[in-house]
Amino acid sequence: MTGLILRRIASAIPTLFIVITLAFFLMRAAPGGPFNLARPLDPAVMANLQKLYRLDEPLWRQYLAYLTGLAHGDLGPSFFWRDFTVAQLFAKALPISAMLGAAAISAALILGGLAGALAAASRGGPLDLALTTLASLGLTVPNFVVAPLLQLVLGLWLRWLPVGGWGEGDWRHLLLPVFTLALPQIAAVARLTRAAMIEALAAPPSRTLRAYGLSSALILRHAFRAALMPVLSYLGPAAAALMTGSIVVESIFGIPGVGRYFVDGALNRDYPLVMGAVVVVACLIVALNLVVDIAYAFVDPRVRHE
Amino acid sequence: MNELFWRAAAARYRRNRPALVAAWTLLAILAFCLIGPALAPHSYDETFDASVKAAPSLQTHPDAQEAHQALARIAARLHAQIDAEAIDEEGARVTISAERPIDLRSLAYFERSGSFAAAQVIASANEGKRLELSAPLRPQRFLFGADANGRDLLVRMMVAGRVSLLVAALGSSVALAIGVIYGAVAGYVGGRVDMAMMRLVDILYALPFIFFVILLVVFFGRHFALIFVAIGAIEWLDMARIVRGQTLSLKRQEFVAAAQALGLTRIAILRRHILPNLAGTVTAYLALLAPRVILLESFLSFLGLGVQEPLTSLGVLVAEGAHNIEDAPFLLILPATLLSLLLFCLNFIGDGLREALDPRGR
Repeated sequence: MTGLILRRIASAIPTLFIVITLAFFLMRAAPGGPFNLARPLDPAVMANLQKLYRLDEPLWRQYLAYLTGLAHGDLGPSFFWRDFTVAQLFAKALPISAMLGAAAISAALILGGLAGALAAASRGGPLDLALTTLASLGLTVPNFVVAPLLQLVLGLWLRWLPVGGWGEGDWRHLLLPVFTLALPQIAAVARLTRAAMIEALAAPPSRTLRAYGLSSALILRHAFRAALMPVLSYLGPAAAALMTGSIVVESIFGIPGVGRYFVDGALNRDYPLVMGAVVVVACLIVALNLVVDIAYAFVDPRVRHE
Repeated sequence: MNELFWRAAAARYRRNRPALVAAWTLLAILAFCLIGPALAPHSYDETFDASVKAAPSLQTHPDAQEAHQALARIAARLHAQIDAEAIDEEGARVTISAERPIDLRSLAYFERSGSFAAAQVIASANEGKRLELSAPLRPQRFLFGADANGRDLLVRMMVAGRVSLLVAALGSSVALAIGVIYGAVAGYVGGRVDMAMMRLVDILYALPFIFFVILLVVFFGRHFALIFVAIGAIEWLDMARIVRGQTLSLKRQEFVAAAQALGLTRIAILRRHILPNLAGTVTAYLALLAPRVILLESFLSFLGLGVQEPLTSLGVLVAEGAHNIEDAPFLLILPATLLSLLLFCLNFIGDGLREALDPRGR
């Protein structure tokens, strides 16, 4: 097991390296700089700023400096939020986004898995039709449509839940954003589970169980376990995307997560902030794929015994 | 792929009820967006001051109350005060006075408000400091209401739909061209070339998607056409993977071996034998790609990075609606419905096409 984990991490390093390199040079190739403001700065001030942030050095030197910093765990200072380092910004915002994302992913796994299993068990029936229609609705309607509609109905008309804000993590503030984030994931998981369950129920092991005269509930349980595999491999990258913040959901509900750092960072040419965001996302993707691999081993005995 | 295949696929598609309904709905949306603006009485950037956030109805605007407010605004612009006014169905008669003679050219404010036709001077007194005017009302109907700037939402939705459909066409074409060529070459050439080409795709996948999009917007500026080309240039990755996979299985078929034995060049085989056989899969995927492109554009516009005012797109309309949900919820509900309907139709058509064209279904 430890060997597997170590091998996985080792194989991810080249990809991470290329992604970081690509992002670094792409960002620098974009026209404009961090200190090109609407009102031009005094040339002397500009020169000092450039020197302070080492922007006057050749690009490859800056790149090496960034890599060196990164190897020491230093993400650099933010150019735009001058009083903060990138690490400080993420330390504040990442837990918020990660919590929302984790809640959404759990909801997706539980509700989506349940809905998919129910649909597969009643294949062709009215429940199946209703669930699959709901799932395609959930996948189709974009989150920036769902979110304001939820605010309108539950927040303004019924006055059940607050329309936005973070509220120091109060659960009532979390409900709408988590649901908005989870909705397409629930739908996707439900679809995947349904398809995989139907396949598993038709496979020889299920047929054998039926031939042995086992109850259909028990057969469904076995099939569900087999159906979890594709769902797990879908959830890895999806979880990474969710936990690194959804720009739309965070901006609509006014949540101080990391989503906005992508947009603001790129628009303000806040190079270290954008790079920090790229690094964080890439690392999370690697980490969650690793989690998925380990989860595979738990679900599938064949993987465990390899 | 011959005519027979397409005819059989069409028959299979016609048997698929939801997909058929979706296709007709899409045609209706197309007609609504493409023909609608020509029939509509207003243009998408025409503002009607008196009708800001007017709710959807069959009523004509301005009504007496709105006309009164419109007169007050015009008088304020003229630096004049209203001494007397009478408003009926036909128009308004109003007496205004100012400290200085009123420039008759500034009476154009009546027409510009959108509520009145050109004002006529009935009597002028006190060296032109006091005017008696008659201004006929210009009744307007806003079936879908008017937005926060007093623009007809119906026409704006039609224009927004046009933009979204154009985006879908442009973006998907770019993705199609890049993805098919890239995937077919990688799959057919194979070996190290294939590995290198697919590795690049993997790396582009690993870059945070949103970072990529925003970077392209930064690169290309906020120019209408370029943004969509950029969107297409991102969306080709999936297409390349699918086409590569198909090509890999196609190239092991006997007819390709036969073509090779006959001495055809690689390019000729790709063009004559591989690409036409990809058409089914690619068509089906294209119909699923279109809604993704629309969604991406709407998302960018929602963030304020896409289409710029006064032009509009469905994403912009939804964003504007979200800002006005407290006093004018229809501004959100109507565009959101059109956008969802459009995406829903395209998805159903895509699913239907995939079922009709899927090689495994043959």
